[in-house]
Amino acid sequence: MIGQLTRTERQIALVILICVAAFGLAIAAAGKDDPIGAHGWLIMVLCIFGVFGVISGYFAPEPSEERLDSYYDEPSRVGIVLSMAWAALGLFVGDWVAWLMVDPALTFDAAWASYGRLRPVHTTAVIFGFGGNALIATSFYVMQRTSRARLPDQLSPLFVLLGYNLFCLLAVSGYLLGITQSKEYAEPEWYADLWLVIVWVTYFVVYLRTLARRKEPHIYVANWYYMAFILVVAMLHIVNNLSVPVSFGSAKSYSLFSGVQDAMTQWWYGHNAVAFFLTAGFLGMLYYFLPKRAGRPLFSYRLSIISFWGITFLYMWAGSHHLHYTALPQWVQTLGMTFSVMLLVPSWASAANALLTLNGAWHRVRDDATLRFMMVAAVFYGLSTFEGSFMAIRPVNALSHYTDWTVGHVHAGALGWVAMITFGSIYAIVPWLWKRERMHSDRLVEVHFWLALAGTIIYVIAMWNSGIIQGLMWRTYSTSGTLAYSFVDSLIAMKPYYIARAIGGLLFLIGGLVGCYNIWMTIRTAPRGVSEPSIAIPEAPLAVIPGRPGAAPQSAE
Amino acid sequence: MGVTYDEVVWFSKTFGLFYLIGFSALVLVYVYWPSNKATFERAAAAILHDEDKPCR
Repeated sequence: MIGQLTRTERQIALVILICVAAFGLAIAAAGKDDPIGAHGWLIMVLCIFGVFGVISGYFAPEPSEERLDSYYDEPSRVGIVLSMAWAALGLFVGDWVAWLMVDPALTFDAAWASYGRLRPVHTTAVIFGFGGNALIATSFYVMQRTSRARLPDQLSPLFVLLGYNLFCLLAVSGYLLGITQSKEYAEPEWYADLWLVIVWVTYFVVYLRTLARRKEPHIYVANWYYMAFILVVAMLHIVNNLSVPVSFGSAKSYSLFSGVQDAMTQWWYGHNAVAFFLTAGFLGMLYYFLPKRAGRPLFSYRLSIISFWGITFLYMWAGSHHLHYTALPQWVQTLGMTFSVMLLVPSWASAANALLTLNGAWHRVRDDATLRFMMVAAVFYGLSTFEGSFMAIRPVNALSHYTDWTVGHVHAGALGWVAMITFGSIYAIVPWLWKRERMHSDRLVEVHFWLALAGTIIYVIAMWNSGIIQGLMWRTYSTSGTLAYSFVDSLIAMKPYYIARAIGGLLFLIGGLVGCYNIWMTIRTAPRGVSEPSIAIPEAPLAVIPGRPGAAPQSAE
Repeated sequence: MGVTYDEVVWFSKTFGLFYLIGFSALVLVYVYWPSNKATFERAAAAILHDEDKPCR
């Protein structure tokens, strides 16, 4: 990694690492009686390791000018590996939490292993660790190819990637220590949030600088989605985390907002995290990797632009549907509900666009599990956006809110859409990034696909059942006008579904581990494919199907 | 201060509606502008070309 940096960049890297290490030491000193102190030490130790890493490669020969003739893929490679590592951790903790619902004794009487601490470890590790790293890695890859421009320098993309992982690490280790500001998907405290602002703004600048150097006049639509993801996540993150720390030596802070404003700001953030982190960025992935793997151009480029602006305009207003029947003004609830229903139009337009792109390539979907991952992702995207619009309708929400139906919905989106498109894209990108002809084992990709699909279906159906039963039990009255069931009655009724859910999650986890092994083996042992020039991107193994030229767009002027 | 809740609500219920409609109209005009068709088709096809080098 260090060998790719110029001498000046190595020096800047050292300065950054030493500054951040000093900062860590200051936090450790100021917060010696507070959980934040542990984080100070963690930051310092990691930066010192970084300093040694840079020094060990400091005198290696500088990269030649020839590097400018190729794309800079080191951050993407590191990002993919980190993404899979976070997936393994996040899915494992997720399944642990699922078994905790079956048997609460699985906390082993340890505070750090309590449900309230493990659950955000799961959500952060899968959303930000797995999803975020995959987004950063693929965004660098796609941006360079579609702009025909190399990243502007070697250091800043690495800073973004590693800085982002430091944030994830602070977040996850903080929860175990009991540090949280208890806002969903925004649990990390003020100092980690400030660090993420620095990292994220750098990310945005790297993206803009690459864009400014582009040789293609038109910006390909995938980049619009990636840009929206980066820009809006910055906005959301900054506003929702406006808070005042108790002191510089304390992890605790108080939000700038209170009462219903706090709730509205949080769910404006929370739903747009779904929109711009878990949707826009992954649609960027879809719009590049699906056409590329299928060997066909997008069904309708125009439709992809219309759905882009539709999603961008409409999602912003949908967050209040999380606060139906609360102190939030009725009209704001209605606004959120209406926009959520309208969102179905651009969402289905995207899903349909993806599926129609596959027309003429369905034989590939049949034969190629990687493309099938992407196809199933588009189907689940369509399914879960329909479900989301439906659940945002106030009377439907009266039944679904606070029940497992919500959990089922989130996982239809997270497992069925986000994880499937990510795994599909990763299986496509790994041979390209490491210049291999194909994955180590196509059969293992197939195994992963079926485990993931089976796990998702078992999970989602279990949660639909338990959610609706819960909702109905909580609103059933006896003839004397009292509630017919206690909360514990409903909890007992849930047990079989919780077991089913945990089994579904286990299948998904095993699939993820199979993926990790396959990717590792591809990197480590597969023979080198044909090296660069002419046709550098090896086609999918299916390119050999007779009568099907690999990529033959009809009209290019 | 001077800005009341009612004023903010009035603003968002009027301006908010029209700028959204106006913006949507602009997007549709851009998307269906005849001379943009070629650009879009070229962009959609361009990613399929197997080049793997930046343009210098």
